[in-house]
Amino acid sequence: MDGDQKLAEDFFEVAGQRFRSRLLVGTGKYKDFTETARAIEASGAEIVTVAVRRVNISDPSQPVLMDYVDPKKYTYLPNTAFCYTAEESVRTLRLAREAGGWKLVKLEVLGDQKTLYPNMIETLKAAEVLIKEGFDVMVYCSDDPIMCKRLEDLGCCAIMPLAAPIGSGLGVQNPVGIRLIVEQSKVPVLVDAGVGTASDAAIAMELGCDGVLMNTAIAAAKDPIRMARAMKLAVEAGRLAYLAGRMPRKLYADPSSPLAGLI
Amino acid sequence: MSVSVIINGESRTLPAALTVEGLLKELGIEGRKVAVERNLEIVPKSAFSATHVAEGDRLEIVHFIGGG
Repeated sequence: MDGDQKLAEDFFEVAGQRFRSRLLVGTGKYKDFTETARAIEASGAEIVTVAVRRVNISDPSQPVLMDYVDPKKYTYLPNTAFCYTAEESVRTLRLAREAGGWKLVKLEVLGDQKTLYPNMIETLKAAEVLIKEGFDVMVYCSDDPIMCKRLEDLGCCAIMPLAAPIGSGLGVQNPVGIRLIVEQSKVPVLVDAGVGTASDAAIAMELGCDGVLMNTAIAAAKDPIRMARAMKLAVEAGRLAYLAGRMPRKLYADPSSPLAGLI
Repeated sequence: MSVSVIINGESRTLPAALTVEGLLKELGIEGRKVAVERNLEIVPKSAFSATHVAEGDRLEIVHFIGGG
């Protein structure tokens, strides 16, 4: 079976829905909605994260995201960005479910303005309430396997540890932690936040992650459209390398040409 | 009789007792794309036409914007 065939038969499944793309992208920080739409198209993503905010009641005729990124074509994944308590995030996602009619959501409860690290205590509280209310919760969390296990046991449908702080572009800082989380989890594990460039996404996928979620790495690139395509290829390459199974690491050289027949 | 309410944190005086549906129309907002919360309770879309906005109500009208 060649690589393309292997990829064609490879699905990312979350909360009973199947997706071909393992790259999930945010819709923030772009120059305008046209650029947002083009970058998403180039990334091949099928799931896009969105934020829930007040409508500008003074000028409701302004263009809106939905006019450019069709919710019939893309799966909208509402987030709780800038929520610092369980209560705020539950309120936000209840509104999101009503606005869009979707129950697949991204829970993210922040704990600190400087690092945007997740507040895991509030995250656990919010996840419990949301799952009881029938939401399918994909959860942004710390790269701590114990916390990730707790979230899985609560019923979260995807575990999404950070690679590095949100918007930092530092890449996977704790590959051992991510690998432990991948090995212990029965639900999909996605690296969410901190990816900076294509190789970072490939590393996450080579560690066995089911997907990668990113926003700034694409939106803040000099050419976001080109970077979106780079990320699509990196996620595919990383996935294929993971499925292919890498060679073992060795300390010394091992010649590639045979010794036999040497003149 | 006018009705004073707070919508998305702004004080507004509405001309008369409106339903949520009427209010959205008055504001020029497409109900299909938003969610409405009235005094911290969600107003389901199916109840927009039957829910009346009352004096002192605090309303939140939200939609989706770009985010990560």
